[in-house]
Amino acid sequence: MNKPIDIQLLQPTERFADYQANIAARIDRGAEAKAHDGGARVGISRPHESAALHVAGEATYIDDIPELRGTLHCALGLSPVANGRLQGMDLDVLRALPGVVAVLSAEDIPGSNDCGSIVHDDPILCSGEIRYLGQPVFAVIAQTREVARRVAARAKEVLTIDAAPPVLTPQDAHAKGQYVVPPMHLLRSESTPGGDEQAAVRTAIAAAPHRLKDTLEVGGQEQFYLEGQISYAIPKEGGGMHVHCSTQHPTEMQHLVAHALHLNANEVHVECRRMGGGFGGKESQSGLFACVAAVAAAKLKRPVKLRLDRDDDFMVTGRRHCFWYEYEVGYDDEGRLLGAEITMVSRAGHSADLSGPVMTRALCHFDNAYWLPEVSIHGYSGKTNTQSNTAFRGFGGPQGAIAVENILDTVARRLGRDPLEVRRINFYGKDERNVTPYAQVVTDNIVHELVDQIEVSSDYKARRDAIAAYNAKSPVLKRGIALAPLKFGISFNVPHFNQAGALVHVYNDGSVLVNHGGTEMGQGLNTKVAQVVAHELGVSFECVRATATDTTKVANTSATAASTGADLNGKAAQDAARQIRERLAACAAARHGGDAADVRFANDKVDVAGRTLSFATVVGEAYLDRVQLWSDGFYSTPGLSWNRDTLKGRPFFYFAYGAAVSEVAVDTLTGEWKLLRADILHDAGKSLNPAIDIGQVEGAFIQGMGWLTTEELVWHPQSGKLTTHAPSTYKIPTANDCPPVFNVKLFEGPNFEDSIHRSKAVGEPPLLLPFSVFFAIRDAVSAAGGHKVDPPLRAPATSEAILNAITAVQAGG
Amino acid sequence: MSLPPTISPIRFFHQGRTVEVAGVHPTRSVLDWLREDAHCTGTKEGCNEGDCGACTVVVGELAADGTPGAVGGLKLQTVNACIQFLPTLHGKALFTVEDLKSGLLNDGGKTHDARRHDKRPVQCLHPVQQAMVDCHGSQCGFCTPGFVMSLWSTYEHHRAAGSVPTRQQLADDLSGNLCRCTGYRPILDAGQRMFDLPPMQLDTQPVVQALTQLQREGSFDYAAARDGRTDHFHAPKTLDDLAVLREQKPQARLLAGSTDIGLWVNKQFRDVGDLIYLGDVAELKTVEARGDSLHIGAGASLEDAWRALAQRAPALTDVWLRFASPPIRHAGTMGGNVANGSPIGDAPPVLMALDAQIVLRRGAQVRRMPLTDFYVDYMKNELAPGEFVQGLEVPLAALQRQVRAYKISKRFDCDISALCAGFALTLDGDTVKEVRLAFGGMAGIVKRAAKAEAALVGQPWTQTSVNAAKQALADDFQPLSDMRASAAYRLQVAQNLIQRLWLETRTADALPADATSVWSGMPHDVLPAAAQAAQGA
Repeated sequence: MNKPIDIQLLQPTERFADYQANIAARIDRGAEAKAHDGGARVGISRPHESAALHVAGEATYIDDIPELRGTLHCALGLSPVANGRLQGMDLDVLRALPGVVAVLSAEDIPGSNDCGSIVHDDPILCSGEIRYLGQPVFAVIAQTREVARRVAARAKEVLTIDAAPPVLTPQDAHAKGQYVVPPMHLLRSESTPGGDEQAAVRTAIAAAPHRLKDTLEVGGQEQFYLEGQISYAIPKEGGGMHVHCSTQHPTEMQHLVAHALHLNANEVHVECRRMGGGFGGKESQSGLFACVAAVAAAKLKRPVKLRLDRDDDFMVTGRRHCFWYEYEVGYDDEGRLLGAEITMVSRAGHSADLSGPVMTRALCHFDNAYWLPEVSIHGYSGKTNTQSNTAFRGFGGPQGAIAVENILDTVARRLGRDPLEVRRINFYGKDERNVTPYAQVVTDNIVHELVDQIEVSSDYKARRDAIAAYNAKSPVLKRGIALAPLKFGISFNVPHFNQAGALVHVYNDGSVLVNHGGTEMGQGLNTKVAQVVAHELGVSFECVRATATDTTKVANTSATAASTGADLNGKAAQDAARQIRERLAACAAARHGGDAADVRFANDKVDVAGRTLSFATVVGEAYLDRVQLWSDGFYSTPGLSWNRDTLKGRPFFYFAYGAAVSEVAVDTLTGEWKLLRADILHDAGKSLNPAIDIGQVEGAFIQGMGWLTTEELVWHPQSGKLTTHAPSTYKIPTANDCPPVFNVKLFEGPNFEDSIHRSKAVGEPPLLLPFSVFFAIRDAVSAAGGHKVDPPLRAPATSEAILNAITAVQAGG
Repeated sequence: MSLPPTISPIRFFHQGRTVEVAGVHPTRSVLDWLREDAHCTGTKEGCNEGDCGACTVVVGELAADGTPGAVGGLKLQTVNACIQFLPTLHGKALFTVEDLKSGLLNDGGKTHDARRHDKRPVQCLHPVQQAMVDCHGSQCGFCTPGFVMSLWSTYEHHRAAGSVPTRQQLADDLSGNLCRCTGYRPILDAGQRMFDLPPMQLDTQPVVQALTQLQREGSFDYAAARDGRTDHFHAPKTLDDLAVLREQKPQARLLAGSTDIGLWVNKQFRDVGDLIYLGDVAELKTVEARGDSLHIGAGASLEDAWRALAQRAPALTDVWLRFASPPIRHAGTMGGNVANGSPIGDAPPVLMALDAQIVLRRGAQVRRMPLTDFYVDYMKNELAPGEFVQGLEVPLAALQRQVRAYKISKRFDCDISALCAGFALTLDGDTVKEVRLAFGGMAGIVKRAAKAEAALVGQPWTQTSVNAAKQALADDFQPLSDMRASAAYRLQVAQNLIQRLWLETRTADALPADATSVWSGMPHDVLPAAAQAAQGA
């Protein structure tokens, strides 16, 4: 029975349960209204540009587009075996079934049978080598989706496969030395720069007063975008192809489809208005579906839609890489890390996909917020007979950083110190101890003041004492608390991806259209870009519309990824809008007098030579004066460099920071746990839209908490079948997992670098905030053993993993 | 009764009028009909198995006078459109996200002439929708229509009752809706804010009128051909008709909430053949205390059945709220959960601990047996051909014992149990007089732990006895390892749950729930409604 409720718990619950208090704590509405009246359109918590469409069910996703006459439906026949050779396919059996129009296999692909994004090792349809259970082998095209699915589900009956035992875990792949990309090594020795750094690191560890040697496992994570993978391909005249694709990377889809169909890029048109979530899962992995739909549409000369059922989506596509770590560190009496060596092995899956860049980012985030004078980091991307793992919010960064956090947590427990003290003593300095292992100088460090602020606002110290008192008298339930900081590098680790383009059109009625290379997946990119344009032109939000991302408008775009969407496309759109504004100013000054530099645009009005005209009037005049009212804009991030052989350079334009404090209760009889309270302070620079940024922070926190706790992926150890392939078995957080007390604030302070309106990227960094949940659980488990034994806890910390750790600490290790 | 001579079309209320559908296969889902046939694409498909809530719609049925929770003469319930078969809508009303903004259901759209700054007329958003916009409750927007419909159901129920929900009630109401973007806080905020906006209530009169009209028609029989074969959907209205039909067509599949059969169709492409639908048999839907038992009709929804149980034994509240999600509990039945016989069903361990009898009927013959004896082996039970589950009987005395139900799963909400325990204990002073320890997830069937029970009966209720029971439990069960839990974890936790039972019920220094369960800090507020329901029953 549920009552009575702990008073200590209930009071803050009630205090923060009211929506008005929640909003007031997060958004300064008065200041925003004042800024808005003054003409600002950035820094304002404008609702998502599609919010009214979302809530009305009128926002169009690809499956909602009215189908063209003659549209056919496709489903994929999947390998029932994880490893082996395809000996034969009796596809004629399927072709004869009612409603089936065609069954296609690899040989029906006119161009190259590859959808690899960097390394070309990723077949669209199986060409003989069976690589994982769930691999698409053939495509059924039928009159209805239901028939296509029913027929495709008979794959097992028609495929003859010579099966071999699968390699499933990163450890197995590492033992066999099989990798999808060459191993990577990132070394830095402060004592022996340029010398034998590996030997120096080991010497530093050996010479340290204390040493710690251990392993850690951190599981993968399914993106679980609510809208599954989908492509709708429509053949066009002259052999061209138009593909509506739910993708974060239309340009790559364009190239993949062009290669598969043996077309030029200018003959393929890819469009995406919005995604029902992406999270990295539609960066490269939308390619296979775009290619299959396009190949079928080209062959049959009819529109073909391929929408995956949720289970197939799980079985075919990859997700966040699970990592296995082996490390040894040396530290002093205060917990200062003097030397660290770590080997990270990821489960890359059957092909390279983005596993190389993911590992690079993992290596570059092992430092998190900490100065590591002597460090040696080795990354291996293990080739396994599983789905090809790919981008997922954080892109290896969380996997790199959680390792050092786990190390510091253990170091603190071994020394009997508060983990916060040990974390703090290892922070990067401001003017010294500020060079990352990859040789970038950290020039914008705010972690000290940020952590100081949240330590106070979350009442960390007092609550730690209260928890100790609670635990002393609570025989079954134990509480734990942890503060976890983060530093996250912003930019693609490959410099040339850091570019973007935009088009702004001002129509002669004064309405404005913006198109850019970024994609909208819910993160509010279009809202932010429209705000930037409205701000630049001095018009109201409602005047600016953002349109579907379209490869025929802005060419050669980068993926909307690495949190850079608003940074890059915002700057490009600003560039385009500014050019138009300058032309309008020149035109208005020429007509009405004064200097063009003195013309002011704000609140749909233009002040010129003492007169105030409406924006639409000025636009109309400019049209009559034959002024170009549309413009392109372009942006490339300055100052980046990267040496992919030495893994040194300045890969990141700047860093984003943040910290979270979480408190949990853990049941020592069952391993069940509950998050009681979370406090977050996150750095979004000068936010373009505080409500949207807070939405990203909170969403990432809950999503990352799922990764580290309830979201467990299980492959059958013999067959290699993913057994958690639907929401019935794969458990992402629900409303009741949102903590009753959830205090979230943005850190006040601008970006030190000249980013778009001094804001900071916010998509991925907060995914590291829920480390605090994992380490709070670890703290509670540690309490169950009287803080005598460091808890052997893996992630995800399911109830079973927690109970195992409790059993271990109670047994004395 | 013979088979009806006429096959009627499916008739239901949708978007302001009664629609007729014929020719679609009986297993066509409401979702596919909406999206593909009616071109109403507001309702989304996220998982096609009733687990994500993107397809949440509200189904309205005529409510008898005085039905607790009724809204203007209608019983309004959320369901997952992806696993509801279209013929089950016959005689009901279907509400989707498209209905809210149109205002058609409220006042024919008359008040919806607000104008934008540019003088273009737009339709107003419903307060539920406006609150979601105001609170930034949508990001990618794909789950949003489902959330809006769940919130709308909450909105209408609280408006009708003159109440507002607590934060916890909102979270419980939304436990069947997954959002991957927001982290839920802004959606819970919207659930509070919607009551602060100018109200807009469903005008149920035209709906009630239309449904009353449909009600006048006789029992519903539907059929459609596919791949050269005609599949029937029979919906008898009385228990006797059902019994006759069941004997006539023993091969036909009984269908109640389709929360499992829907998955057979959607995911396994199983050919389910002819269906006999229990949803129109009013006699099967009752939940009432009669004599010395609580009678739960086989057609009573999981929500109604659990509410009645939890009202009498409040310790069952957690398992009630954690059993699937509201849309599943509205559609699914406790009879179905029991008849299905899954070893991980959550009703059987609780019912076994409560000494429930299962009532079986074939033709005119009715027989009873303890639920404990019903399951023979994995997915095998004592049902004879032509026989069906008519109901469950829970002795009221059993509900007076020390009753506990503990569900263990990876997630609090809407998860399938790794194991589920139902316990009932009677002490005589310090001595265990009677004890029932039933477990799901520990064997091929749900069953009682005979050896552990034997280790306790007649013994003092002490740690020593508990230790003996925990030891004996290892002889009762040899659980399996799967994706939900390992065998070792299942056994260790099963043993520890007996420990938890003892800690909570020991005669000296018993621990309150907030000392034994991490879930005790969730102030669920469901029992007032349950009390109402009990009065109604």
